[in-house]
Amino acid sequence: MVDMNTYWPIVLIMGVGTFVIRFSFILIMDKLTLPDAVHRMLRFIPAAVLTALIVPSVLLHKNGVTSFAGWERLIAALVAVLVAWKTKNILATIGSGMVVMWGLQALL
Amino acid sequence: MSKNWSTFFAGVRITSPLILGVAPFGLIFGAICVTTGVPEWGAIGFSTIVFAGASQLVVNQLMAEHASMAVIILTGLVINMRMFMYSASLAPHWTGLHPIKKGLLAYMLTDQAYAMSIARYNEPDGDTINKPMFYFGSAITMWGCFNITTVLGAYLGAFIPTEWDLGFAIPLTFIAVVVPAIKDRPSALAAAVGGAVALAANDLPYNLGLMAGAVSGIVADYVAERRQTNG
Repeated sequence: MVDMNTYWPIVLIMGVGTFVIRFSFILIMDKLTLPDAVHRMLRFIPAAVLTALIVPSVLLHKNGVTSFAGWERLIAALVAVLVAWKTKNILATIGSGMVVMWGLQALL
Repeated sequence: MSKNWSTFFAGVRITSPLILGVAPFGLIFGAICVTTGVPEWGAIGFSTIVFAGASQLVVNQLMAEHASMAVIILTGLVINMRMFMYSASLAPHWTGLHPIKKGLLAYMLTDQAYAMSIARYNEPDGDTINKPMFYFGSAITMWGCFNITTVLGAYLGAFIPTEWDLGFAIPLTFIAVVVPAIKDRPSALAAAVGGAVALAANDLPYNLGLMAGAVSGIVADYVAERRQTNG
């Protein structure tokens, strides 16, 4: 059970801390002149960060202990990669991945 | 309708399929809060004040296990540290905007709103649109979805069966954004290194694996690009 005496302090500190993280560069970028190298690194953020989110969430099942999440998720994700590459369409990518995963779940 | 509002609705439209993946998260969060003894309005307050689902689930779990306050807060904030990178990535697109508006947009920053917006900004005509308005449409769609489903989860329980695995739509969304963004060798390398390191470092404490993956991906990419240009 959650101790309600510390609940709101934790929520408020989390709220302020998370806001500071989100606001940080958005607030100060106007006043900064960044070196060229940093500007180039900014371009790489989507590929690096989003893939770091994708891979563990496709492959790993975290329920206390970490384990392989199953072939149906891996295969569905690979199909989604192919669809994203061919169509560049978000809805088609999500739809094909979900359908393949559900289909394999029903079969396996 | 003004051009700015049609840009706003373009952001809403492109983001609305993502509700499929995010709605179960809100429901689960609201429901878990109540089963761990948090009142309904406590769950709702958490979602509106912090508005970062992955960290909220972990923080709630740690609170239920009576971890120390310092550990709970540190763990939650480390999970959200990836948003430093989103902030840096979006900032050049919002220069000159009033600080209060920037603050409002920053408060609503999520993986999804970031991914949808940066993908749009990087399209060939990306510089011709009202960039903050597009993001605003995307972010407020996520905000409404997560907070409404938190309320529903808190009062009604997580009524979507977990066997449906709707949360799988979230990584699929990012696949839809990342794959078209990989246009050359350095960006492919960034993705490969970022994904591999995040996977290998998954067991690091405080959920540092994600940051480790992201930073290694960016550095690998930078080094590769320098080599390419320096021959």
